[in-house]
Amino acid sequence: MIEVHDLTKRYGEKVAVDHLSFTVEPGRVTGFLGPNGAGKSTTMRLILGLDYPDSGTATIDGKLYRDLPDPLHVVGALLEAKSVHPGRTARNHLLFLAQTQGLPRSRVDEVLSLVGLREVADKRAGTFSLGMSQRLGIAAALLGDPQVLMLDEPVNGLDPEGVLWVRNLMKQLAAEGRTILVSSHLMNEMAVTADYLIVIGRGRLITQSTTEDVIARSADKSVRVRTPDAVKLAELITAAGGTASPVATAGPGNGGSGNGAPLLTVTGMDAARVGEIAASASIVLHELTPVASLEDAYMELTSSSLEFGQHQPEVAQASQVDATQGSAR
Amino acid sequence: MTTASPATHAGVPAVPRATGGIRFGHLLAAEWTKLRSVRSTVWTLLIFVVITIGFTALFTWLDVSHWTGPHAATRDANIVADPVSFILGAGLGLGQLTLCVLGVLVMSTEYSTGVIRASLLAVPRRLPMLAAKVVVFAVLVFVIAEIVCFGSFFVGSAIMHSRVSVSLSDNDVTRAVVGAGLSLTVLGLFSLGIGGILRHTAGAITTAIGVVFVLPILSGLLPSSWGAHINAYLPEQAGSVIAKAHAPASQLLSAWEGFGVFCIWAALMLAGAAWMLRYRDA
Repeated sequence: MIEVHDLTKRYGEKVAVDHLSFTVEPGRVTGFLGPNGAGKSTTMRLILGLDYPDSGTATIDGKLYRDLPDPLHVVGALLEAKSVHPGRTARNHLLFLAQTQGLPRSRVDEVLSLVGLREVADKRAGTFSLGMSQRLGIAAALLGDPQVLMLDEPVNGLDPEGVLWVRNLMKQLAAEGRTILVSSHLMNEMAVTADYLIVIGRGRLITQSTTEDVIARSADKSVRVRTPDAVKLAELITAAGGTASPVATAGPGNGGSGNGAPLLTVTGMDAARVGEIAASASIVLHELTPVASLEDAYMELTSSSLEFGQHQPEVAQASQVDATQGSAR
Repeated sequence: MTTASPATHAGVPAVPRATGGIRFGHLLAAEWTKLRSVRSTVWTLLIFVVITIGFTALFTWLDVSHWTGPHAATRDANIVADPVSFILGAGLGLGQLTLCVLGVLVMSTEYSTGVIRASLLAVPRRLPMLAAKVVVFAVLVFVIAEIVCFGSFFVGSAIMHSRVSVSLSDNDVTRAVVGAGLSLTVLGLFSLGIGGILRHTAGAITTAIGVVFVLPILSGLLPSSWGAHINAYLPEQAGSVIAKAHAPASQLLSAWEGFGVFCIWAALMLAGAAWMLRYRDA
């Protein structure tokens, strides 16, 4: 279990982490979500004792990282920044780490096989692709068979197969009762990986809850409507105060029935209201689906705390603006 | 089983947890792996050996072949007075540069490549990592430096034999040869300390070379009465005294005093590196 309590870190004038508190429980994948520059990597560095906090504490199973007698047996970490000498082979990088903990040489081969790098074990790490470097970092994290894993943007640069592998690995490790904290700025990746989400922006906690709950609490819901009479329905929805925009013709992979009918995305009203409008005008619907992606929820949650993003243009619908302001605080 | 498809074996095999915490012996093994597994170590040490012995041979040969006799030239008189000092100085003047570079690199590349993060995740107490690095580096440099110093001495004295005879059994000659190796080891540690303080390869190499080679030139520009005193206590000047078998009258520090002063310099740099490592963000 990772416990972060009132953690604050400044770099000069800039507050990177601002009175942050959260707990990461074992047995599930906890997603650590926030836009770039939100303080995710800094928080992880503070937990791992690489940087010193200005105030607050971060403990692992009740201990400071630096007080762990055999740290790689307790915590495995993949940091976003590279931590490998480009002139050193993958095997020698893992070997020196294994030696610090008194681990046998055979353990290096085990983790190399585990991440699929055995054939390039004696190549210099500087020749590795981004995906291979990520695998090497994951191998280092798994070296001591730790109960706690902290992975900073682990799927960065991985091919689809690699992404799937990391996802499954994290789920499996969580199912074994381990504590998994994985950071990402990609909400969609988190939606399919994490069971629980900690969302931060500008170093502050925005929300923490189950992934389902975060999605459900999204105020900015949209409705997907498929109808042969799209033009007429769009006019009626606009007249009723909503917005309807056509979606490019669905391909076979887009799901739903009646592929021939055009698709609309409606915002500013819920699915029930869209159904009522369609019924009153006797318009046939082939599909009516409320959609709330984590991406929507995330944009909404972080829109007031984006570090580098440009401000969203004024939204025409008053209801949307209210919803954004209402739930962001 | 091929390694092409990692998705097929996503399990983490259990690993025996044999250790009762990190032991210093483990850290020595780890630092040795780090040191031997990068090309810069091999190359700088190879260049050190070739340059030092090569220039020793070159300069002693040039001198012998342009010999005018101890009574005709002060240069030759100095060689006759202290041949071991000339032989060691001929190659090491340039050769010691490579040890400055290696000492800096051993510490600064931890930071420039980001390995420091991996290192400190494994050794979060931090200082034992530096201690192990210092021990491993010192032992390696000492062994190589002694081999090079004795090699230089035998090559140089063989070339010089026709003009001047010098052997290890002569007064203080063995001390000078062994001491030169000791002094080079301390120079490496001095540079390692600077690398740890500055954390930046180019800046640290420039600083180390500046302190070793440029400061003595600057101090030579000072008024002689106190300039000489400052000069005697500069790191490289103090450390070089031990490689002389015959002390000139102007020499302020004895061989071991000078070596002691040099050790203090190196200790200060290492203490600075330790302080930076312990109290600064990695």
